[in-house]
Amino acid sequence: MVPCTGRVDVIHLLEAIEEGADGVYVAGCLEGDCHYISGNLKARKRVERVKKILSDLGLEAERVEMYNLSAAQGPRFAEIAREMTEKIKNLGPSPVRATAKAA
Amino acid sequence: MVVAEQKPLSEILEMVQPYKKILVAGCKGCVTVCNAGGKKEVEILAAELRIARKKEGMEGDVREITLERQCDPEYMEQLEEAIRDRDAVLSIACSVGPQYIAGRFLDKMVFPGLNTTFIGGSLEHGVFAEFCQACGACGIHNFGGLCPIARCSKSLLNGPCGGSSRGKCEISKEVDCVWQLIYDRMSRLGQMDRLTRVIPCKDWTTSRDGGPRKTIREDLRL
Amino acid sequence: MKSGSNLEKVLSAGHFAVTGECGPPRGANAHVVREKAAHLKGIVDSVNMTDNQTAVVRMSSMAGCLILLQEGLEPNLQMVVRDRNRIGLQSDILGAYALGIRNMLCLSGDHQKFGDHPSSKNVFDLDSMQLIQTVYRMREEGKFINGQEIDTPPKMFIGAAANPFADPAEFRAVRLGKKAASGVDFVQTQCIFNLDRFERFMQQVRDLGLDEKVYILGGVTPMKSVGMANYMKNLVPGMDVPDEVINRMKGVAKKDQAKEGIAIAVETIQRLKEMKGIAGVHIMAIEWEERVPEITEMAGLLPRPKV
Repeated sequence: MVPCTGRVDVIHLLEAIEEGADGVYVAGCLEGDCHYISGNLKARKRVERVKKILSDLGLEAERVEMYNLSAAQGPRFAEIAREMTEKIKNLGPSPVRATAKAA
Repeated sequence: MVVAEQKPLSEILEMVQPYKKILVAGCKGCVTVCNAGGKKEVEILAAELRIARKKEGMEGDVREITLERQCDPEYMEQLEEAIRDRDAVLSIACSVGPQYIAGRFLDKMVFPGLNTTFIGGSLEHGVFAEFCQACGACGIHNFGGLCPIARCSKSLLNGPCGGSSRGKCEISKEVDCVWQLIYDRMSRLGQMDRLTRVIPCKDWTTSRDGGPRKTIREDLRL
Repeated sequence: MKSGSNLEKVLSAGHFAVTGECGPPRGANAHVVREKAAHLKGIVDSVNMTDNQTAVVRMSSMAGCLILLQEGLEPNLQMVVRDRNRIGLQSDILGAYALGIRNMLCLSGDHQKFGDHPSSKNVFDLDSMQLIQTVYRMREEGKFINGQEIDTPPKMFIGAAANPFADPAEFRAVRLGKKAASGVDFVQTQCIFNLDRFERFMQQVRDLGLDEKVYILGGVTPMKSVGMANYMKNLVPGMDVPDEVINRMKGVAKKDQAKEGIAIAVETIQRLKEMKGIAGVHIMAIEWEERVPEITEMAGLLPRPKV
């Protein structure tokens, strides 16, 4: 549980992938509306960094994603969840998953 | 601080590819300050290595350790335990670190995870620049407190050259012409007459040109 | 006489001197140098032979100078401090003098990043100012940098470059003063397109009394085309090409641009002839040496004085 996506760091996203997650997404406040001023901007930079790391490792950068929405946007939240799930389904299981499960 | 940056991931993966059991060793010194090889970076690099291995269906046996420093024999003792069963060590200290490890643990393969770049400081969070070339004979007070050896692309002592334009060096608009900065500062300090004096040839023997250097402090030796 | 060179004699006799320039080939082809030399023979007082200009590997300046001597021209050796340390520099000065070279220019050199071998190591053991001091000391005291005596000291006529169009603008004339204090005899300036700015520089030079201490030759480069003019304006460091000049080149048909470029060069030379403190002109017709006879003719610089 985090008070702000600014608290999400590169290592948290990598750990999720390492443990076998097929996809990870970070949902933060709309840019300009962060309750902690710039936490969501930092989160976006970290997500970008992890995308590059995945790319360098031969994994699909789309497995990690950043979304922005306000706490009041219930329908949008659901929409994002559907969108991400659909996308990851199309990508298929993470190649890391098999080994992660065995370990 | 000594500034370094991490090697591209592909280069690191290629270096450690033949080795099964890896130790990633970081350092709480300079490389922590420039966000290249501290505890945080050790965690991230170790995770990257494990993900890479798991993706290929292999075990990711990557251990992590962050030492106080990797440039003191006493601190290197802390590696004894962690290194015992390892096939290779990936040190993300500045290049002094892997050399210390290689010098002490004669049967272990050591790899540098960083490219050590320069002696410098941070300009703002996340931006670092070169300030010193360790010439061994500091004379920055002759140049308004700035170093032309490290910060002039041609290390001119009687600059600027004819390529100085609008405060930038001829090699790139990203590089300030330090001679413009020296001129501005010495004018401000009222040292224009000093600026007209010709600085004679430098004795480079105190620099790396004179051979690898050593400093011996007899007063500190046990 | 310091060196007894033709250039020195022309300048000290009070004539308006003319120097040319030759870029050696990117190979060991001596014939290329001989061809260029043929265009310049009798047209100029001495010829600069560039030294791996723009950090691009070419036949060495010293070799090019020897070929010029063989063709009956007087060479100006160019030596940059980018590629050689003080051992190599002093050694080459001795060699050059032994071969009959009598004029040399002491230059910093363009950074290797501009050239064809950007991954090479920088030398810059000395800077251009310290090289001037070195050559001066070799001539006047007969000593190497380390103070030891030279058996048969080289006595060169010492030149350097000056760039009135670089920054800081207020310091350029002062820096020329430093070169004068280091022992320089003559300077060639970066090519001049902005005559007003150049005149302001010369005023600072005269105020410092430097025109009495150093022979100043104004640099002139004829432009072949608008493309060349734009290239020089935007991509060459330390160059000031005003819009009026670009517009003049644009204002004529493509086939007439070369002629216009030459006309501009001739006008510049004529203004330099009238300018107080200017001792001559340095014509840099890069890869266009065949037009130098025409330029010197039109500017009334021929015949060259025999001294």
